[in-house]
Amino acid sequence: MTSLPCNTVNVDTAPIVVTEPRNVIRAFMVLGFFALISLGSFAVDHRFIYYSAYLWFGFTYGMSLQYGRFCMASAIRDLFAVGVPRMAVGIMIAVVLFSLVSAFVTVAGKSTFHPSPIGLYSVIGGLIFGIGMIYTGGCASGSLYKTGEGSVAALLVVLSLAFSQVLVVDAGGWFNHLVPMAWTQSTIANNLPAVITPTNGWYDQFLAGYIWNLSAHTVGELLGFTNAVYAAFIGNSLINSIIPAALILTGIYIHWYRKAYLRDNKTEYLGFRTELAGFWSMITASKRTAIAGLVLGVAAGLHMWVMQGLQQRLGISNAGELLSGMGFSGLSIQDTIFDPGYFYITTQEAQGAAWVVQKLGFNVMDTIFFGLDNGVPNPLLNPVLWMSIALVGGSAVMALLNNEFKFKMPSPEIATWAIFGGILMGIGARVGLGCNIGAFFATVTNGDPSGWLFCLGMTVGGFIGVKFFNWWIGRKMAKEMAVFDL
Amino acid sequence: MAVKFEKIGDGAYKLDVQGYVCPHPQLYTKKGLEKMKQGDILEVVFDNPSSGESIAAMCQAQGNEIVSQEKEAGKPTMHWRIRKS
Repeated sequence: MTSLPCNTVNVDTAPIVVTEPRNVIRAFMVLGFFALISLGSFAVDHRFIYYSAYLWFGFTYGMSLQYGRFCMASAIRDLFAVGVPRMAVGIMIAVVLFSLVSAFVTVAGKSTFHPSPIGLYSVIGGLIFGIGMIYTGGCASGSLYKTGEGSVAALLVVLSLAFSQVLVVDAGGWFNHLVPMAWTQSTIANNLPAVITPTNGWYDQFLAGYIWNLSAHTVGELLGFTNAVYAAFIGNSLINSIIPAALILTGIYIHWYRKAYLRDNKTEYLGFRTELAGFWSMITASKRTAIAGLVLGVAAGLHMWVMQGLQQRLGISNAGELLSGMGFSGLSIQDTIFDPGYFYITTQEAQGAAWVVQKLGFNVMDTIFFGLDNGVPNPLLNPVLWMSIALVGGSAVMALLNNEFKFKMPSPEIATWAIFGGILMGIGARVGLGCNIGAFFATVTNGDPSGWLFCLGMTVGGFIGVKFFNWWIGRKMAKEMAVFDL
Repeated sequence: MAVKFEKIGDGAYKLDVQGYVCPHPQLYTKKGLEKMKQGDILEVVFDNPSSGESIAAMCQAQGNEIVSQEKEAGKPTMHWRIRKS
């Protein structure tokens, strides 16, 4: 047995993490930076408080995600690859809690949520995204928080999914031939402004010729609830979040947890009581994940409340009004920018990439995604991008406090997976109209059933990705172990 | 920083997966443990914090014993010893 390197700390005997003094200083520097941005921008113009709200919620998400190692790629991948349900359980906890807070926010008239159309595109987008996130090792939110830990591979993922979205959105020419004639005709019938050139772009026709023809409803609406409380709590929260989560958790318990629990707890088997104890043991198995799920669920719900409140306070319905009021450009032709009012990822990264692409001389404002809907504001003035950057910062602070921050350059192999997987994630996010956050977490918790379709696709995609990596890594490990008598 | 697997003693092996992100450390660990004999020790060296959570849960689920968990001071690099049970 080799002796351990010097200056190691045995984590079994250390009751708490003792942060290295230099990491404490760095953590405060990061926190101080964001505090300075927040206070400084407010001093310049009080309307920047809208931006600061996104910033501090993003910071909170980052700290929680890093603390709980929260990652949807991990949830699906670790179930199939190594039989570990920890993250899937944590996500279901977050889904239940977020749904309850969302229901409360909705009843209070403070929700900023709009459901997505229900269609097969969600499954296909989720499938592509799911395969991609297994290759990259993290979902969209996971890649952001891992960037905060110093992972350059994760940063490559974020950049890849950002730029690939621009390519997806702006691809025309030969790609127009992929579009069914019905989509083209439906797009023409929408009489969009000529500057958008909607028939020269497969994604424009995907949106205007297909997506726009689908209907979007929450479960509360579909079930015909006229009482807002019943619609929110029974339709949206109970039926669309709590019951599916409970069913998923039960399936996870039976398939992946129960056998080991009964093996390790050799007390008298008391039937349902023992099973319930086992189920509860699974829920509480990882304290960190459960706490992170709790914080994320509550924070995500409160985020909507705060943004809606600020919109009412500032007399706006979209952050584009703030930008134009302050004399800045980069808006869509409807004078809007992307402003969901809740936790969301991928679109703001695409906007950042689009801004760079425009600086290189390419025009992306002739697309529905940028030109008609989301705009391409300066990244420094994009409130939702402030949230993403702060998410990275919050994660960095938590990582520093736990002595877990380290700049890690990827090997060529890891970099290749990061870029390839990131491209797939970008494609999947645009086809699915969002990622694990925007197309799943934020949707299912607000009564939108399309989120479960995306989740289904993500799960199947994750399964396919795991199958590949099981083979790839099995092959490599077999080579490494070949010289030994194993 | 390629993966390295080496024998470090009688029934003891070392798997170095530093620099690898999820899912590589946990999958390499799983593949390594699958081939090892009962009672053998595998020392896994990794620096991806989220992989640690997965490896710990995997060992618990499969009944493998984590003999020790050591962390290099001030860094995320971990040295875990796992006994195949």
